[in-house]
Order: sequence, then structure tokens, then C-alpha cells
Amino acid sequence: MDLVSTLALLAKGLVVLLIFLAAPLIFVLAERKILGRIQSRRGPNRVGPLGLFQTVADGIKLGTKEDIIPPAADRVVFWVAPLFMVIPAIAAWSVIPFGPMVEIGRETGLWITNLNVGILFVLALGSLNTYGPVMSGWSSNSKYAHFGALRSGAQIISYELTLGLAVLAVVVYAGSFSLIDIVESQRHMWLVAPQFLGFLIFIVSGVAETNRAPFDLPEAETEIVAGYFVEYTGIRFAMFFIAEYANMFLMSMLVTVLYLGGWNGFTIPGLEGVSGVVWTMAKALTLMFGYFWLRATLPRLRYDQLMSFCWKILLPLGVLNLLVASVLRMVWS
Amino acid sequence: MASYLPLLVASVAAIGFVGVALGLGFLLAPQQFSRLKRTIYECGMESTGGGWRQVHIRYYLMAILFVIFAVEGIFLFPWAAVLGEIGTFAFVEMLVFMSILFFGLIYAWRKGAFEWR
Repeated sequence: MDLVSTLALLAKGLVVLLIFLAAPLIFVLAERKILGRIQSRRGPNRVGPLGLFQTVADGIKLGTKEDIIPPAADRVVFWVAPLFMVIPAIAAWSVIPFGPMVEIGRETGLWITNLNVGILFVLALGSLNTYGPVMSGWSSNSKYAHFGALRSGAQIISYELTLGLAVLAVVVYAGSFSLIDIVESQRHMWLVAPQFLGFLIFIVSGVAETNRAPFDLPEAETEIVAGYFVEYTGIRFAMFFIAEYANMFLMSMLVTVLYLGGWNGFTIPGLEGVSGVVWTMAKALTLMFGYFWLRATLPRLRYDQLMSFCWKILLPLGVLNLLVASVLRMVWS
Repeated sequence: MASYLPLLVASVAAIGFVGVALGLGFLLAPQQFSRLKRTIYECGMESTGGGWRQVHIRYYLMAILFVIFAVEGIFLFPWAAVLGEIGTFAFVEMLVFMSILFFGLIYAWRKGAFEWR
């Protein structure tokens, strides 16, 4: 590996890390503004022009609050749990493509690395997300955290299955695990058209995987306060928030890449790179708006409904979807 | 291997980010101990008893069922990637495997594993 490609890699990594740092700041504010508008309020509008610095102020406040480890807690696990939330959420971004191959002095792709098992890598890091809630809830030695951890663990592992089944059908169509190959295979038709059922399964499972409304039982404010991270304070509490919003954005990116054609869209010749990034971001941000819209619209599910919906409806549908996709693939090839 | 090196870099960057955040928190945050602050949170009431409660057996069932279907997923992934090339025999083979597991799902369903009461 020569010097130029090493520098290019470092530059790309830096850009992605900056996106990662900026994304939660922007999305928390956007969510509060949009929720406010939907509920006929103004949302935060005091800190800075139009309230734009609200999340920065919140971040500073959290950083300067005391970091308490309760004596009843298991110190080591309590300390490590937030790291299990944040580190996979950052590392997963290294395989997400933002745009096509472009010419900047030399040929380079607008992604950090083209891993030939890209989607498997993302799913594997997604599985690590089970550990954060379970470890933090178990180690807190608190009733609310205990319930939050149990609910979160059962919910995430159940919906991970249906997520995997939806991804399998995509892999059957694309014939590759690489996210870049999957986007390339959608040049003529976005996968959402032949895989509409899979798309719906993936979106529902994705919302459940990220513990968002209407599947936000693990952190249901009105019954178990904050669920598994109720005992956390200060900067470590902020880490759970950062991880949650980063995972939401990651899930939106995955839906874009797997079903909505990634960077594919009409382009102006000579500007493929710019228009690719614009297309990817436009699709992912639209999906993020969908997350906020869901939270404003739908009430929380009951826990038994949540679990039986996954196992009795989504899982058989996912198997059916995979069967249809593979039969079509066999007939076609 | 070259495409795996960036993953290492990304992981180191992630750990670095977490380290800087925790370090800043350590430097900026006050440390004032008081007995009440360190008790377990229970909506402002005095906390009673420990945090440990019995775990419903359903969670255990969910974990076992997850393991079964996750293993199915492990076998399905390589199969799905090369489905175009491996021919009808491997396809039928996988159909048999999936139908066995699907009957397993129906069995668990009939036994009431998914009823939360």
C-alpha cells in the first residue's frame, strides 16, 4: 500500500468520523423540531438562531455532569457497556458506500473499503448491539434497567432474524455480499420493485432493531423511565444517545443501499460523484424523516403483540419472500 | 487483506473517539459524593430491595429459538450468494433443510412458545 492511497484512506476515514460526530447533533435537533411542528409547537428555539445550537448546549451540559457509578452496580461491566454501543456503531460505517467511483487525480471510490463480505460485516456489528443494552441493564442492578435489558435483548435477537431473512433475498438477487456490488446491480431497477415485501420486512425490523417508536419498549419513558440506561449519567449517558442516532442513520443508509439503489439516479455527465452523494444522502435523510414521523404518529405496541408479530407474521413472511426470490433466481438463470 | 486494514483503522478511530469523550468527561465533570446520590434510581421514592427479579421463562425460550434460526441463517448466507451457479440439486437440498426448520417453528407455535401471558 503506497503513501497516496494511505493518505486517501485516512482522509476518507476522517470525513466519515466527522459525519458520525455531526449526525447525532443534527438529528436530535431535527427530531425535536419536526416533532414540535407535527404537534403544533415550535420546538427548541432559544439557543442560537432558530435554536440551532440546542444539541450543542445539551452535549456540553451532559459532558460537565458528574459521572456516577452506583455502588450496587458491577463496575467493570457498567464501565464497558457504553463502549459496546458506540464502537460498533462507528466501525460499521467503513463499508457503507456514499457514492460511485470518481476520478480525483486517480480512480477512487466514495467509500472507505470495499469489503467482499460487507453486508455480513454490518449484520455482525448489528448483533453486537445486543450486548450494550443487556450488559448495561444487567450491571446496573436496578429494576427498571433489568426490565429494559430483558425486553431489549429479546426484541433485538427476534427482529435480527427477520432482518437477516430480508437481506438474504437481496443477496440472492445481487449474487454478492459486497454493498458496492449490490448497488451496482440496481443500475437498471431498484430492488424495492421486485423485493417490495422484503423492503417492508426490512424497514419494520430495522425500526425494531434500533429500539425506536413504535417498538421502543426497552426504553419506554412512561413505564420504565429510560430502560437499560436509567442509571447512567453525564458523558456515558450521552454515548447511548449518540449510538442510538448513529444506528438510526446507519439503518437508513442500509435501506438506501439495499433497496433504493444507493447512488443510482439521474446524473449530469461529469458530476457523477457529486450527484451520487446527493442521491444517497437525499434517500437516507428521507428515511430518517420517516423515523421521526413514525414516532409522532404511532403509539407504542404491547410487548406480547411485538413478539408475536415478529415470530408469527414477519418470520413466515420472510421465509416465503426468500423462497419466491430464490425460485425466481433459479428459473431466470 | 488490504480491504480489511481500513476496518482496523476504523476500530482504532472509534476507540480513540470514545477515549477522548470519556477523558473530557473525566476532566470537566465534578466529583462530589453524597450517599443519596449513589442509591439506585426508583422515580424519587426510597428504593426497596435489590434490583434482581425473577426472569420469565419465555425469554429463555426466545433465546433458544433464536439460536436455531440464527444457525439456519448461517447456512443460508453462502447458499444465497452462489445460488445462480450451484444448480437445482443444492436448491432442493436447501428447501428440505428450510422445511425441517419451518416445521420446527410451527411446532413451537402450536406448543404456545409465542403466547405471552
